[in-house]
Amino acid sequence: MNNTMTNEIDLSVNIGGIRMKTPVMVASGTFGYGPEYADLIDFNQLGAIVVKGICLEGTKGNPTPRTVEVTSGLINAIGLQNPGVEGFVRNYMPFLRQFDVPVIVNIWGKTVEEYEEVAARFDQVEGVAGLEVNVSCPNIKEGRGLFGTNPDMFRRVLSAVRTRTRLTLIPKLAPDLSHIGSFAKAAEECGADALSLINSIPAMAIDVETRRPKLGNVTGGLSGPAIRPIAVKLVWEAAKAVKIPMIGIGGIMNANDALEFMIAGASAVAIGTANFTDPGTAMKVTAGIRSYMERHSLTHIKQVVGTVKT
Amino acid sequence: MQLEEARIVQHTEVQGGYRLLVMDAPGIAPQVKPGQFVHLKVPHLGEALLRRPFSIFKAGEGRLSILYKSIGQGTNTMKYLQPGESLDLIGPLGNGFPIPAEDTLPALVAGGYGMAALYLAARTAPVRGLAFFGGRKSDDILCVDEFEALGWEVRIATDDGTRGKKGLVTAVLDEWIGQKGPAVVPEFFACGPNPMLKAVADRAAAGGWKAWVSVDRNMCCGVGACLTCVQKIRTPDGGWTWHRVCREGPVFESREVVWDE
Ligand SMILES: Cc1cc2nc3c(=O)[nH]c(=O)nc-3n(C[C@H](O)[C@H](O)[C@H](O)COP(=O)(O)OP(=O)(O)OC[C@H]3O[C@@H](n4cnc5c(N)ncnc54)[C@H](O)[C@@H]3O)c2cc1C
Ligand SMILES: Cc1cc2nc3c(=O)[nH]c(=O)nc-3n(C[C@H](O)[C@H](O)[C@H](O)COP(=O)(O)O)c2cc1C
Ligand code: FES
Repeated sequence: MNNTMTNEIDLSVNIGGIRMKTPVMVASGTFGYGPEYADLIDFNQLGAIVVKGICLEGTKGNPTPRTVEVTSGLINAIGLQNPGVEGFVRNYMPFLRQFDVPVIVNIWGKTVEEYEEVAARFDQVEGVAGLEVNVSCPNIKEGRGLFGTNPDMFRRVLSAVRTRTRLTLIPKLAPDLSHIGSFAKAAEECGADALSLINSIPAMAIDVETRRPKLGNVTGGLSGPAIRPIAVKLVWEAAKAVKIPMIGIGGIMNANDALEFMIAGASAVAIGTANFTDPGTAMKVTAGIRSYMERHSLTHIKQVVGTVKT
Repeated sequence: MQLEEARIVQHTEVQGGYRLLVMDAPGIAPQVKPGQFVHLKVPHLGEALLRRPFSIFKAGEGRLSILYKSIGQGTNTMKYLQPGESLDLIGPLGNGFPIPAEDTLPALVAGGYGMAALYLAARTAPVRGLAFFGGRKSDDILCVDEFEALGWEVRIATDDGTRGKKGLVTAVLDEWIGQKGPAVVPEFFACGPNPMLKAVADRAAAGGWKAWVSVDRNMCCGVGACLTCVQKIRTPDGGWTWHRVCREGPVFESREVVWDE
């Protein structure tokens, strides 16, 4: 429980209509569908849970090896293995509904129609607070290449999804855009309620002895502290382009890392790879943000967001 | 399964690059089943982020121990751990080995750290059977005295012949299978390199016996969230599906495993 002194500090945020007790969420693909971490942490202390990417019928994903550890990071090529909409709703939603924490479903598709259909299905599912639209996965051909980096396709997918759901819509932008601001703006114009950035960055590692790629899929996506400065810069740029709130993601290991994103303009953050190092990271980040605010005599988290002095 | 700050009480060199690490872990220790593992955050590992999985060698009286070999960045850094330091653990993880069926003779087959991974199974098995240990050289053969003290007959093979029979562990295993007589129905419990597991699976399939294999896969989260450690497992319809070695495994019945990697 909070003690009386820290109670004066208000960490709650509203991300495109989703009310969160703390701005610290857990990122898609690093937290499974929930039950995996249930024995280890108190879900009610999370800002929100973003579950692993779901497509319509599900898919088996990539061959192994699927992850490789690199300097200050991790390259993954899971290939979006998932049980599909039905499988997820049946097997995991009853579990997730038990907690007092918003559930955001990360969705993807191979075609515009599939994105639409997935969005429409989740619109009917009790307990889903929002949809994070993954147009940026580096591990499937359709992800980044088609939807995430082509402005026309990007707009088509988002507009289509928007027409099919009332849920909070959060496009997750591809990280390697030279014009992140214009994509952010496009997303806002298509009716997005918030933005997530960034996804993992296309990357590769090679075993020099065998001269083989270290991943079964050859290439993957880099995550972890190695990408954080890139992510902070993209969040800062995107924040200047739009009014909708932003969820900063990329290599956050501690409260200072999270604060960097928030000062750059993110209203919330999500913890990804750090969950693997320490499943309690999100709680520690929340506690650290609280003590930072205490130290700086701040009472509301809004006093931090977008305050970078440039 | 829980998170625990364990305290190191003993850290000693065993032989051949293997070290024994004993920890006070009163939370995890009482929950341990044979064949389970802990996911250990190696301190002082700098920019390397991931935990490393280690089979639980012994557990009891609030203590846990692992037997590990230094083979890379993480395990080399672990060498310098001192008694008194704390270690961040998640565990116990995985399903572990089942209890040997009645009317079978348990046969353990181990290579490398498999000897540690099978120790608790050996201690809790209702019947003592045989243990087949393989390694490159005599230094790689661990804990023989301890298995014998529990009442197991240990048969050894090394690649260079410095201990036991010269050759692979399958050499001593096949010899026994050839001699044992039809009344003896073995049930195998195996942990070691994947080719060894496959060899045990082949023998079990040929004889119509059961084999439980503990699969080694690179891990990331260790709890089932990231889908890194997946293994192809047969489905009743003739197809296959991925199972997570950290969650549904590491122990599988060998006939379920698709050995294509
Ligand atoms: C269920 C299980 C139980 C294990 N039990 C033991 C044990 O009791 N004793 C023991 O000595 N070893 C055990 N291992 C192997 C041990 O986890 C690896 O030796 C260790 O992770 C190597 O780390 P490193 O940093 O020294 O090597 P590096 O090669 O530098 O590691 C790089 C990365 O690969 C991963 N990795 C490398 N090899 C393995 C491997 N074989 N399995 C899983 N991940 C790997 C590491 O976690 C790390 O992310 C076990 C592995 C598994 C999966
Ligand atoms: C193993 C793994 C799986 C991931 N799966 C997904 C996914 O299904 N959908 C998605 O949008 N992002 C996925 N991501 C990306 C993360 O949500 C996050 O955007 C990225 O890892 C950067 O944050 P981090 O550095 O804190 O991990 C995955 C990342 C990892 C490491
Ligand atoms: S290591 Fe993450 S699912 Fe097994």
